[in-house]
Amino acid sequence: MIRLLTPLVVFIGLIALLIVGMQSAEERKRVDSPLLGRPIPNLELPRLHEPDNKARTDERLGEPWVLNVWGSWCQSCRVEHPYILKLSENAGVPVVGFNWKDERADALRWLRQFGDAWAYHMVDFEGRAAIDLGVYGAPETFLIDHRGIIRHKHIGPIDEQSYADLMVRIGTLRDEASQ
Amino acid sequence: MIAELGQVFLSLALILSLVLATVPLYGAHQNKPELMRMAHTLVIGHFVFALAAYLALTAAFLNHDFTVAYVATNSNLLLPWFYRVSAVWGGHEGSLLLWILMLAGWMVLVSVFSKNLPRAFVARVLSVMGMIAVGFLLFTLLTSNPFDRLLPGPLDGQDLNPLLQDPGMIFHPPLLYMGYVGFAVAFGFAIAGLLGGRVESQWVKWSRPWTLMAWAFLTVGIALGSWWAYYELGWGGWWFWDPVENASFIPWLIGTALIHSQAVTEKRGAFPAWTVLLAIAAFSMSLLGTFLVRSGVLTSVHAFANDPERGMFILGFMVVVTGGALLLYALRAPRIMTGKGFDFMSKETMLLLNNVFFAVSAAMVLLGTLYPLVIDLMGWGQISVGPPYFGAMFILLMTPVVMLMPLGPFSRWGQDNLWRVMFPMLATLAGALLAALVIVAWLDAWSWRAVTGWMGGLWLIAGSAHFLFDRHRSSRFGVPRHQLGMALAHAGVGVFVIGVAMVESATYERDVRLEPGQTVEVAGLAFTLDEVVSVKGPNWIAEEARFSVRRDGALIEKMTPQKRRYHQSGQTMTQVALRPGLFQDLYVAMGEQMDEQTNAWSMRIHIKPFIRWIWGGALMLAIGATLAASDKRYRLARKQQAAAVDVNAAPSRP
Repeated sequence: MIRLLTPLVVFIGLIALLIVGMQSAEERKRVDSPLLGRPIPNLELPRLHEPDNKARTDERLGEPWVLNVWGSWCQSCRVEHPYILKLSENAGVPVVGFNWKDERADALRWLRQFGDAWAYHMVDFEGRAAIDLGVYGAPETFLIDHRGIIRHKHIGPIDEQSYADLMVRIGTLRDEASQ
Repeated sequence: MIAELGQVFLSLALILSLVLATVPLYGAHQNKPELMRMAHTLVIGHFVFALAAYLALTAAFLNHDFTVAYVATNSNLLLPWFYRVSAVWGGHEGSLLLWILMLAGWMVLVSVFSKNLPRAFVARVLSVMGMIAVGFLLFTLLTSNPFDRLLPGPLDGQDLNPLLQDPGMIFHPPLLYMGYVGFAVAFGFAIAGLLGGRVESQWVKWSRPWTLMAWAFLTVGIALGSWWAYYELGWGGWWFWDPVENASFIPWLIGTALIHSQAVTEKRGAFPAWTVLLAIAAFSMSLLGTFLVRSGVLTSVHAFANDPERGMFILGFMVVVTGGALLLYALRAPRIMTGKGFDFMSKETMLLLNNVFFAVSAAMVLLGTLYPLVIDLMGWGQISVGPPYFGAMFILLMTPVVMLMPLGPFSRWGQDNLWRVMFPMLATLAGALLAALVIVAWLDAWSWRAVTGWMGGLWLIAGSAHFLFDRHRSSRFGVPRHQLGMALAHAGVGVFVIGVAMVESATYERDVRLEPGQTVEVAGLAFTLDEVVSVKGPNWIAEEARFSVRRDGALIEKMTPQKRRYHQSGQTMTQVALRPGLFQDLYVAMGEQMDEQTNAWSMRIHIKPFIRWIWGGALMLAIGATLAASDKRYRLARKQQAAAVDVNAAPSRP
């Protein structure tokens, strides 16, 4: 009997996992990344427009900045695109793109079509660096302070509400940096 | 008006399915033939209303009725009529309606082709399928109604996702659903087998052709999806281990195990409980796939608009269907027959090994798909599981499968001797390995993957040919279809393996900047960009590059890749130019305009060797399964059953 019930038990475990997974789907987007409060990993990645000129995360030390994970394949990235435009206009800090699991030609085409609002883009075509960064899916937006510490992470497309939230948080980081 | 009619039809289908789910089942329990007989009429009625609802939605699309919210989001005035017809299943709500229609269709087929089976059994099968129909109809009506109105309606719709405006996409979802839903038949048979109070030994035999057909549809559906991704997404890849691809692959792997374990259970009565479990698992994994795509629990490029409410409903439905089935299994499995024992070296062991490897593969894919979720929930961080994990795992698990597969058909039931099986095959094996080396040398494609791929592939093809030759010689009546089908399918695996090995090891890729008039040489072929022009389609405009491809100065092909811009959504799509070939595909995709003055563009030119063999192999699998399903032994079996002959007494050799 025990042996016969095993599949049922396994199934119940699976269902429990999926229920928890789904109920926390929204929440997990808010759940603090393990990297939160830690320094951003030191990454050296090619730039999208100038592949030979590598960009490093530590060269941004000294001022707060925004790292936005996107890909041309990502539907939600199109949804949040207008807010990226607003963010780079109004935030007063560099908004750096992190082009994830993409192809150069696709990414460039996408930018030409929708507009390139980012300061520059670091590319991670294979998705290796994204693992170090704890990227869960695109789009994702990291706020990094002037000491290189990840202070906030927003998962999912930026909307009106999260845009306002990000602006407030960026303001705080700017104040900290100027003290 | 027509939308309201559709709504009414769906509600009527729901009422009929409710009756179907209960009355014939009760009739079978109480042994009341008049109640059991109702099943056939109910199934027909259910199908008619499901079809009417489906046609109502199709009519709304054809008439541009943008007051129907679903039409407004998935169509537009410029969309050609054939895409308006296929747009019915282009979104979540309509694809559910298609699912319902197919389930209704399978039920009619089961009802029509099971006239010779015991009435109580058929009544139970149809009732179980009716329960599944109830679940899907409720799901559609309560959470995802395709007939919801949008008043006032917009003047024009938002257009069908351009990715779906493609012939491959017209057929990919219906075939995939035919497979998913087809496993509902195997599920229904297994549950009916469990429900049958007395020892039912024959349902396995009756369910075999249905399982084979469902598996064949699923195979073609997955292959079409892969083919579509290859030419439409412009990445040149054919499989991405995306969660949603995995969601269709898991039922396929379990289905593969199921069709093999059914053979053992039917012929020898061995591991019956395992076969029941696989039938439950195959359909449950189809439901899980539906859940993963529509609940937002995992991130994927395929996901439909996510909605936790829908996710909860499917989960609840899974709890009822799978949970109920597994509970019934725990209660009833001890009562189903147990078969004869077998030796370590026997056909049973070979098929058991097949089951172990495929079930483990399915578990590994499921694990890899859900692992990021588990890790995240446990608070251990966030990770993504990618192709390296799946690729390594598959090579590990499928290598023994490829090595043993040709031996399986030669081994005997009950007891055998490895040497007896292996000895006649030695020449075939040696020939296959030698031929592999010669071919690789001739193609000059020396790499571990190419060499092992050709060796494994040719071993499978030669082993299948050897099997057919043997059977042809020793049988006076010709090779029966189920053996022909099996050999064809096994050879198809060989073709597939060769395709994968060649594509993964010998693809030639080149990204170049080209101005009109310039020529680039790739692997002995000269690609000349003649001109770049603008062209216009029904709902898009495009830049089109015109290439002439020459070998030794002789023109072999004109190729015209495009970059399309769709009016309504503003989305840009890369239309790849392909020259398909049995041994290599030429693949040209347009990149970016690099210079307006000279009209220079970046172009991606690929030469993909043997990529057609991947889908060719899949097609052989599907044809093989169809051949096996059409074998007359299944039809004879029904007549025998009508005369109540005990199949256990039948000879055990095929």
